[in-house]
Amino acid sequence: MTTTPTATATPVLEGRGLTKRFGHVTAIEDSNFELLPGEILAVIGDNGAGKSSLIKCLCGAYTPDEGEILLDGEPVQFRSPIDARALGIETVYQNLAVSPGRDIAQNMYLGRERRKPGVMGSLFRVLDKAYMRDHARQQLSDLGLLTIQDITQAVETLSGGQRQGVAVARAAAFATRVVIMDEPTAALGVKESRRVLELIKDVRDRGLPIILISHNMPHVFEVADRIHIHRLGRRVAVVSPESHTMSDTVAIMTGAMVVSPEEGGTP
Amino acid sequence: MVSDEKTTDDRAERRPTDQLAAAEGIAGSAVGDVASFEQSQSPLDRLQRFLHSRPLVSPSVVLLLAFLFFSIAGDRFFTATNTSTILAQVMIIGTLGIAQTLVILTGGIDLSVGAITLFASVVMGKLAVGWGWNPWLALLFGIGIGLACGAANGLLVTRLKLPPFIATLGTLSVFGALAQWFSENQTLRSTDVQEQASNLLWFGRVWEPLSGFRVTYGVVFMLLLYAFFTFALSRTTWGEHVYATGDEPETARLVGINTSRVLLSVYVVAGLLAGLAGWLWIGRIGAVSPIPIVNANLESITAVVIGGTSLFGGRGLVLGTLIGALIVGVFDSGLSVLGFEPLWRVFAIGVLVLVAVALDQWIRRVGK
Repeated sequence: MTTTPTATATPVLEGRGLTKRFGHVTAIEDSNFELLPGEILAVIGDNGAGKSSLIKCLCGAYTPDEGEILLDGEPVQFRSPIDARALGIETVYQNLAVSPGRDIAQNMYLGRERRKPGVMGSLFRVLDKAYMRDHARQQLSDLGLLTIQDITQAVETLSGGQRQGVAVARAAAFATRVVIMDEPTAALGVKESRRVLELIKDVRDRGLPIILISHNMPHVFEVADRIHIHRLGRRVAVVSPESHTMSDTVAIMTGAMVVSPEEGGTP
Repeated sequence: MVSDEKTTDDRAERRPTDQLAAAEGIAGSAVGDVASFEQSQSPLDRLQRFLHSRPLVSPSVVLLLAFLFFSIAGDRFFTATNTSTILAQVMIIGTLGIAQTLVILTGGIDLSVGAITLFASVVMGKLAVGWGWNPWLALLFGIGIGLACGAANGLLVTRLKLPPFIATLGTLSVFGALAQWFSENQTLRSTDVQEQASNLLWFGRVWEPLSGFRVTYGVVFMLLLYAFFTFALSRTTWGEHVYATGDEPETARLVGINTSRVLLSVYVVAGLLAGLAGWLWIGRIGAVSPIPIVNANLESITAVVIGGTSLFGGRGLVLGTLIGALIVGVFDSGLSVLGFEPLWRVFAIGVLVLVAVALDQWIRRVGK
């Protein structure tokens, strides 16, 4: 239980009573969420449980119909992922993390390209390529990813794990508050998954809290400090990997087991 | 209820590394290996990677070999006169090729560039010669028509969400018909154009740096356009966003690129370039004619494809298109110097297109 952060800290990112409906379908209803400083919080749930909708509300892709989102205790409203990003929340998307034909440095700075100083940059929008290459290289080496030799090689020439590494490095480079990762290991082999999990822990150890959405229980149990379990559109429990086993967790997720508040259940 | 009967059996399960190893069937010792993402490479892999990172290599090699072959095989090929003729013939397709490259880089296609060129050229001619407008104003208006046609294409693609192929197939007919209507199917003779609007013929003027090697102003202008767009695509945020939009539109949107605005800008610039090509076209034929520019659309696409730009978007260089257009020009001229009928030139270009697309498919599979 030692790694569980104290419950008294102000959550970095908090959702209160979040509800999102699509026509007659309610994706999430009166759902709460808390991410504490410096933790890896795994979000798990069966298909259709609403974890995806919850995360999309938190990263700005959806606007919740009801409820509020607080960032460091302050209420915020996101109209798009760009809004969330401006406030320091970076998301690594499952299949769309990188632009395959662009090189590593270009991917790191995609959508927020650094321009040359002066009139060349402001009026003619000329890129500062040297700056972007140097900083991209720096960022990758900080995360121990410099097995990638050439910063100007297209991302599609990299292996799946290296690509995910670039996406994680980008998120870590620009996030100031939260990193959200949607199934970062889903498409990877065993070894590459391990490497990406190590990376996730590295990022956490540098002080950034992480929301990890994953279907892979062993991965969740390896890296998560706490596990948020979503079921039928709401949070049913937050458990710690030390206090609960994988089979408990799956049982809670599928409704085979009900959790008391003392055990992390959320009424 | 979570029970307290969790026994010590479960404790073993709580050690994460063991859980992972057990669940995935790997040994604990594998942990040490994972720090590197190693790749093994065969010579073929290396060639694939080389061509992937240097997209100009294969078209350059083809151009060089074709040039050498025809120079050796036909003694009338490598002469100053013939080389200038090839450049002059490449001028229109080369310019439209830039427009086509931009659109293809976004994953689209523009079938209407030839029709816009024709429309712009007849507007320039008719306003200046037929209606007696100030020839420079007529010229600007014609280029503006090109820009407006491009904007129409762009709005069809971004607002009505029509597939670019269909949108520009439609506007190909519309702009072509408008050109016929506006020109009233009349050709403006060279002498009339020369008298009333000699500026429209400006790109047909000749600069002769070496005896017999005659470069038209239009060719020089086309080369300047290539330099400009090479810079714009590789060195500005606009270029970066054009590539990103064609590469993976959804990713581009998620990182905050306004892909609709990028697409619209590309079609507008393509229209502008086609408008400028209208001016070049008048200089090339020395008159203003409502006769459609034969194969302008398809040949511009051919130049782009042979030049190594991927039809799937996001990969390619305008300089490749220049090489592609020159390849077409060299085959054209070379085969005719060797006495082949024109049909064999069509045949050869067709084979080149197929080889180029097959090569692109292979190169794109790099890393898979």
